[in-house]
Amino acid sequence: MTAPRDKFGRPVVVVTGMGIMTSLGTGKADNWSKLVAGESGIRTITRFPIDGLKTTMAGTVDFVSVDPFSSTALSERMAEIVTEEALEQAGIGANGDFPGPLFLAVAPVEVEWPQRLELGHAVGKPDINYDDLLRISGGGKFGAYHHRFMFGSVAAYLAETFGTKGSPISLSTACASGATSIQLGVEAIRRGETDAALCVATDGTVNPEALVRFSLLSALSTQNDPPQAASRPFSKNRDGFVMAEGAGALVLESYEAATARGAKILGVLAGCGELTDSFHRTRSSPDGKPIIGCMNKTLADAGMEPGQIDHINAHGTATPENDKMEFNTTSAVFGELAQKIPVTSNKSMVGHTISAAGAVEAIFSLLTLEHQRIPPTINYDNPDPTILFNVVGNKARDARVTAVMSNSFGFGGQNASLILTREPA
Amino acid sequence: MTENSATKPGQTEVWITGIGLATSLGEGLDANWAALQERRINVDEKGFAPCVVHPLMPVSFDGQIPKKGDQRQMEAWQRIGTYAAGLALDSAGIKGNKDILAKIDMVVAAGGGERDLNVDSGVLTAEAKGANAPGFLNERLMSDLRPTLFLAQLSNLLAGNIAIVHGLGGTSRTFMGEEVAGADAARIALARIASGESDIALVGGSHNGERKDLLVLYEFGDFNLKDKFAPVWARKDHAGFALGSAGAFLVLESKAHAEARGAKPYAKLTSVVADLAKRKQPGDMAATLEKLWAKLPRREGKGAIISGATGAEPATSEERSFLKGHADFPVRATGTMFGHTMETQFPLGIALAALSISRGALFPPNDSTGTEIDMQGAPTQIVVVGAGHWRGEGMALVEAVR
Repeated sequence: MTAPRDKFGRPVVVVTGMGIMTSLGTGKADNWSKLVAGESGIRTITRFPIDGLKTTMAGTVDFVSVDPFSSTALSERMAEIVTEEALEQAGIGANGDFPGPLFLAVAPVEVEWPQRLELGHAVGKPDINYDDLLRISGGGKFGAYHHRFMFGSVAAYLAETFGTKGSPISLSTACASGATSIQLGVEAIRRGETDAALCVATDGTVNPEALVRFSLLSALSTQNDPPQAASRPFSKNRDGFVMAEGAGALVLESYEAATARGAKILGVLAGCGELTDSFHRTRSSPDGKPIIGCMNKTLADAGMEPGQIDHINAHGTATPENDKMEFNTTSAVFGELAQKIPVTSNKSMVGHTISAAGAVEAIFSLLTLEHQRIPPTINYDNPDPTILFNVVGNKARDARVTAVMSNSFGFGGQNASLILTREPA
Repeated sequence: MTENSATKPGQTEVWITGIGLATSLGEGLDANWAALQERRINVDEKGFAPCVVHPLMPVSFDGQIPKKGDQRQMEAWQRIGTYAAGLALDSAGIKGNKDILAKIDMVVAAGGGERDLNVDSGVLTAEAKGANAPGFLNERLMSDLRPTLFLAQLSNLLAGNIAIVHGLGGTSRTFMGEEVAGADAARIALARIASGESDIALVGGSHNGERKDLLVLYEFGDFNLKDKFAPVWARKDHAGFALGSAGAFLVLESKAHAEARGAKPYAKLTSVVADLAKRKQPGDMAATLEKLWAKLPRREGKGAIISGATGAEPATSEERSFLKGHADFPVRATGTMFGHTMETQFPLGIALAALSISRGALFPPNDSTGTEIDMQGAPTQIVVVGAGHWRGEGMALVEAVR
């Protein structure tokens, strides 16, 4: 690794710190050992009653407690824990003084049911409407809920805690959010605005209404028993994704800055790409062109050819449509290589961490590069005969991996891909 | 440094070539400009009493969202934004231009989450009347929520709807985080165009202020203006913001890209900066605004300030103290005329700055306290200030194209 700039003359962007949390556990070591062992973090929901729900399991993070509980508070706490892990590994800046901006992928924030019910109780009469709620909301009694349910509250907290510089950006590109947070960091470093960026993605939104919303869109698996077998990417009997919680944090730096301070380089963000699909709010354009274009843009951004990618960390949600579309579009880009390159979906084990998924899976991709071992896609007992991926089914596989493409596709036509390598291309 | 996206030597100029406005004063540039000249304010003190709001001047959504099916898939905030985005594309002369729309980069500042008030009220009422079985909430939500409501609530589905309705096929990023999200959207779009990563971008936001669920959220912090309207600067003893409904979108474009297609600029966007003051001590926020002011390129022309001050305290007093240090710059507070449109206020400020520069005059003051003074002659440089009611500070410099 010698060139501080890539073949387009831009600063090479490297990763010097990573932190992760999923339903499998906290930290890189715990997550990686369980991931390559093929363990599932999906379990029957205990956080709230499941009566009346079609889907009763999720990849919840139950081992982190926040009080009072809200999905936003959980998201914030998870983000804080993974950021601490990433900063400790990177050894950058000083305590509470990170030398760059924060890009945070976070689920849209809203007042949640426990708080809404609390307001209802405060009204003190049986027929309740929003005028009643408005009447009792002021006066400071619920003052903390204003801060808690501001969209910018999680980023503001992280920025103050870790001393990131400038205005922290909270972003949502649905299921591609984690990848977008990384892309914003890469771009800021390439433009020369900063030598370092903190990219964090977090999602703790397994709550009744969020589950019901996805359920009403028929997006979730209903194979509740056993929960560990619910997420079945690329299988014939896949029937939807499994909601999950998690967070990932990456410290990005210019290669030059990282080497100047003697930091250990964990991998390279060789390319990023995104492309909007204007076909439909929840469905991909049937011709797959936006996804094909997204992958091609990412390859072009990295200055790489399809033949140089030796592993694909798939979006692989296990919805009937996504997995088929992902194979078709990957085939359009990679040709016959789409059936040779080992492909895996981390979501078979950790579920779909939604806003966090892009970052969580980028970190798993970097760990794959580090260990030269590809985590399995579990529950792969009944392959879909129309999806001819070389799926790393059920058991982890040792492999020579030099460049990974990680894909994220989301509602609202959001597509984003990343290419991660061990060394600059 | 990290929060600065000023155009640097060797970087391309970034022009504002399209503006789309749908506000409480009307739709389009002429209607908004005329209302500003007449010091007209559209405010509703009764419909959301005791809260004061600036309701959207009704528009025919068919004009920009021809399919009723698309309109039905959106809640009001998305319809307003999709409408205003269409106006901006029209204004830039690129509506329906497939080559450009296929590559345009979108950065949207969005809130989200319009509630179904009937569903919420129904659940709360049933609970108050004793419904408390373990699956009570699940069952109500499963049966009462419209399946498509989720998509009308998701923050990134404003951008999604704009892409679908207007056929945008470039990139799409949604920033959240109240007022400063609007500044950050402009900051990132400007940085990307200035550095050559992008040629053309659609930037903006939309807000529906006529929402009781939002009023409840801001009431938690006692931020709502109550009972009687007053100009933003005259609210010191009766603090608060009056939520406003508005969509404001801009087409930003590299000078070369605009010239190649013969597009005329309203103005150029020279710099956007943003920061996060700690706001722990009095003076923190004013100091951050002063720091941002110093980061803007040196101003040499005839200047003015368009402020997004909300009327909420202590932020508005902090901003007033910052403005006192620059009393030679005539100030206009958009919150007085348009209400507080949250994520949209900053793009609205840039839009009004560009409009004022292109029309050769700053719009007249609308203030009873003397904070806003008349301006003679044509402004050539306007600083847009956007300080959040709780967190986040942004600033932009909009200049005449020489």
